[in-house]
Amino acid sequence: MYRIFQTVLFALILLTAIPTSGLRAEEGLRELVNAFGEAKLSDMDEHIAALAKTGDPKVVPILEALGEGNLYARKADGQVFLTKEGGATLTLTDPVTGESAGEAQKAALSKVKVNNGVRRAVRTALGSLTLLSPDREARLRAAQSVLQSPNADALGAVESALAAEKDAEVRALLEQARATTLLMSDRPAAEKKEAVRLLREKGGREALPILSSALGSADETLKPEIEAALASIEQTQALWAAGQNVWYGLSLGSVLLLAAIGLAITFGVMGIINMAHGEMVMLGAYTTFLVQEVLRNSYPGLFDWSLAIALPLAFLVTGAVGLAMERGVIRFLYGRPLETLLATWGISLILQQSVRTIFGPTNQEVGNPSWMSGAFELGGLTITWNRLWIILFALAVFAALLFLLKKTPMGLQMRAVTQNRRMASSMGIRTPWIDALTFALGSGIAGMAGVALSQIDNVSPNLGQGYIIDSFMVVVFGGVGNLWGTLVGAFSLGILNKFLEPYAGAVLGKILVLVLIILFIQKRPRGLFALKGRAVEA
Amino acid sequence: MITSFLVKSLDRTIVIAVAILLALAALVPALNLLTAPDHPLHVPTYLVSLFGKYLTYALLALALDLVWGFCGILSLGHAAFFALGGYAMGMYLMRQIGARGSYGNPLLPDFMVFLNWKELPWFWHGFDMFWFAALMVVVVPGLIAFVFGWFAFRSRVNGVYLSIITQAMTYALLLAFFRNDMGFGGNNGLTDFKDILGFNIQADGTRASLFAASALALALSLVVTSGIVRSKFGKVLVALRDAESRTRFLGYRVEHMKLFAFTVSAMMAGVAGALYVPQVGIINPGEFEPGNSIEVVIWTAVGGRGTLIGPIIGAILVNGGKSIFTAAFPEFWLFALGGLFVLVTLFLPKGVVGTAQHYLARRRAYRAASRLENETGLAEPMAAE
Repeated sequence: MYRIFQTVLFALILLTAIPTSGLRAEEGLRELVNAFGEAKLSDMDEHIAALAKTGDPKVVPILEALGEGNLYARKADGQVFLTKEGGATLTLTDPVTGESAGEAQKAALSKVKVNNGVRRAVRTALGSLTLLSPDREARLRAAQSVLQSPNADALGAVESALAAEKDAEVRALLEQARATTLLMSDRPAAEKKEAVRLLREKGGREALPILSSALGSADETLKPEIEAALASIEQTQALWAAGQNVWYGLSLGSVLLLAAIGLAITFGVMGIINMAHGEMVMLGAYTTFLVQEVLRNSYPGLFDWSLAIALPLAFLVTGAVGLAMERGVIRFLYGRPLETLLATWGISLILQQSVRTIFGPTNQEVGNPSWMSGAFELGGLTITWNRLWIILFALAVFAALLFLLKKTPMGLQMRAVTQNRRMASSMGIRTPWIDALTFALGSGIAGMAGVALSQIDNVSPNLGQGYIIDSFMVVVFGGVGNLWGTLVGAFSLGILNKFLEPYAGAVLGKILVLVLIILFIQKRPRGLFALKGRAVEA
Repeated sequence: MITSFLVKSLDRTIVIAVAILLALAALVPALNLLTAPDHPLHVPTYLVSLFGKYLTYALLALALDLVWGFCGILSLGHAAFFALGGYAMGMYLMRQIGARGSYGNPLLPDFMVFLNWKELPWFWHGFDMFWFAALMVVVVPGLIAFVFGWFAFRSRVNGVYLSIITQAMTYALLLAFFRNDMGFGGNNGLTDFKDILGFNIQADGTRASLFAASALALALSLVVTSGIVRSKFGKVLVALRDAESRTRFLGYRVEHMKLFAFTVSAMMAGVAGALYVPQVGIINPGEFEPGNSIEVVIWTAVGGRGTLIGPIIGAILVNGGKSIFTAAFPEFWLFALGGLFVLVTLFLPKGVVGTAQHYLARRRAYRAASRLENETGLAEPMAAE
C-alpha cells in the first residue's frame, strides 16, 4: 500500500512543480509541522489530520518522513526537519521550503515518536491526501492504484475523497474502488450487497478476482449475490472475448482479402494460375522498404508519408513485373493451365532468389508511421491502429477494383474478353492488350497488398510463400470469377480461423480450416458464389 | 493373364531400361564392395548413396508420371505420399534403435522421452516389426490417396482445382507434422538411425544393398506401370486424360479409374520414400513442403511426361545437376531451377525423351515415305504427327 502511494506521490511531485502556496500558507504549515515536536503520541492523530486537511502537496513528503521515522525536532528551537541518515550526523531539510538546512549532530535533535497507530493515521492521511489532490491526473492515478491493489485500510480515505470528488471519470473509479475496498472491510452485509451490485454493473476483468476472493470470506446471505455477480461478469467477458475474436478474424480476413484480391483478377477473371502471386506481394513489401530507406536517409520529415509514397510505386513496380511476365511467358501458355502453373512457379523461384541475392536472406526492417502505431480501447476490445487501417485499406482496394470492373470502359472490355474472347475480338477489342493489362492490374494490386502487409509481417524473401496457398483457398472457396465471393470468402475464413484457434491451437486450427475447405469443395466444386451459365465450362 | 500383362508391358525401351536397372543393381554394389578403394573401377560409397537417392527420386517421378502423364491429374502433393512412406520407414528405424538412444529408453524414442511421454502412442505399435512397417509404407499413402481421391474425383474436382487442393493437402500435412504433439518428432523429425533388419545402416554393405533395392524397386515399378498403361485400362486412362467428358459418356466410370491410378501412384511414392529415408538417414516435415512436390513435377516435365522412361531420366538429370550446381554456385541453383521451369514449359513441353521420340518417329516416317517414293514413284503425304 505504502509503496503505491509513494509512486503516486512521486508523480504528484513531478506534476505540481509550481509552488502555489503563498507565504502565509507556508507559515501556517510550518506551525503545524512544528507542533509535532512537542506532541504526545495520543495527540498525534489530531495533528496529522490537521496537516492533511491543508491539502497542500508539501505535506506529503512530511507525512512520509513521519511514517518512516525520519522526522526530527531541533532541541534548541523546536524546529522540525526532514532528515537523512549520515552516520553520527543527520542531513536536515526544511519541511516547508524543501531547502537544505545543513547538518546537525544526532544529540542535538529529538526524534518525533511514532508507533503503529501513528503509522496507520499517516497512511490514511496520505491516501486521502493524494485522492484529494487538486490535480485531476494525480487523483485519477491514486484511484487506479487503490483499485489495482485494494486494501481495507484505504476505505475511509476513498469515502472521504468520493464525497469531495466532482470529476465524473475519477468519481466512477472511486466508486469502484470504494466497492472493492468495502468488500474487504468489516462493514455490514447490506452495504456489501450494494458494493457487489455496483461491481457487477461495472464488470470488467479486474472485478473477477476481487469478487472471487470476497466469496471466500463472505457470509451465507451474501454468497448467492456474489456468485450471481461473478456469473454475469463472466458472461459479459465471454461476449467481449467473442467480439475480440471477431475483430481478430476481420483483421486476418482483411489480410487474406488483400493477398487474394489480385489473385481474384488473375486467377478468378483470367483463369491464369499465377504461382508467383505471392512474390508480387513480396516485391510490394520490398518497395516499401526501399522507400522508407530513402526517406530515412534523405527526408526524415516525410517518414509518415512513406506508405502513401510506396503505394503507387509498388503498384507500378509489380504491375510492370506482371506485364513483363504476361508478355514474356504466360501469353504463350494460354489454354494450358497446368503448364502456366509450372512456369509461374519457376518465375516465383527466380524472383525470390533475386531478392535474396540483392537484399540478403534476412528480414528487413519496415517501420510503422506514427499514425499506424498504438492501440485504443473500445468497450472491452483492444483495437490496434495498424490492423484497423489495413481493414479499411483492404475494403477500399476492393471497392476501387469493383468500380474499375463494373463502371469503366477498361473493366467492360476485361469482362467482355473473359466472357467471350472471340466475340470481344470481333467487336474490335484488342484482346492480347487487355490480357496484358488485366494481368498487370492483378499483379499491381498484389504489390499494394505487399505495402500493407509489410506493416504487420516480416519483410523477407519468403514473405509471399506464406500467402500463396491461403489466397488460392480464398479464391476457390469464394468462387472463381466473383469478387464478392472473394470478399465473403476472405472474411469468413479469417473469422473461422480465429474462432477455431482457442479450441484447437493456431496450427491445428489452420489444418482444420484447410480440411474444411477441401470438404467444402467436394460439396460445391465451384465455390461459394459459383458462376452460372455458359461461362462455367469455358 | 499375368504373362500376357507382362508381355504387353515389355516393349523394347522398357526392356532396355529394366535390363539397365537390373545390371546396375548387380554391378554397382559389386564394384563398391569387391574392388579395392584405389581400383580405377571402384565406386565410392558416397556415390552409391547419392545415386541410390536419385533412384528413389526417379521412382517418385515415375509415380507422378502415371497420374499426370497418363491420367491428366497434376498432383502437387506427391511428395506428401513420399514423405508418409518415409515416415513409416523412419518409425521402424526409430524402434530399431531400442535402448541405444541417448536416453537409453528401450521402448520410447528419444524425442518422446524428451517430451516427457510415458507410453508409446497407439500408432507407434507394430513398427518394431519390419513386415508391418513395410506394409504401412504402402498402406498409409495408399489409404490417404484413396480417401482424398474418392472425395475429389467423385465431385469432379479436376484440372487446376485438383492441383491446388493437393497442394493444400501437403501443406496441411506439413503443418501437422511440425507439431510436437503429433508424435512424429515435430520439427526435427526422425533421425539417428542405427540399423535396418539387423544390419548397421552406415555400413558399406547395407548402403550397397539399399542401392540395389532401390534399383530393383524402380525396375519392378517400371514393369507394373508399363503393364498398366499398355493394358486396355491404360488406353482408357489416356482417353480420359484427353477427353474426360467423352470417356464418361461412353460409359466408363471415370472417377473409379482415376482413383485406382491415383492410389497406385501414391503407393509407389510411399515405397520411394521408404527407400529414401535409410539412405539419407533422416526424415523431417520439410519433405512435405509444397515446393518439393512441384520440384517432382519439373523432373517429370524435363524428362517428358507420359513416357515412363522420361521421368526417370529427368529425375536423375535434374538432381545430378542440382548436386553439381549447389556445390559450385549455391547462389544460382534457384535461378537455374526457376529457369528450367520456364524454359521446359515454353520450349520442351514434351520433355527430353518425348522430344527425342518425336524426332525419331518423324525420321522413321520420313524414311518410310522416301522408301515408298523410291519404290512406287508416288509422293505419299507424310504420316500425321
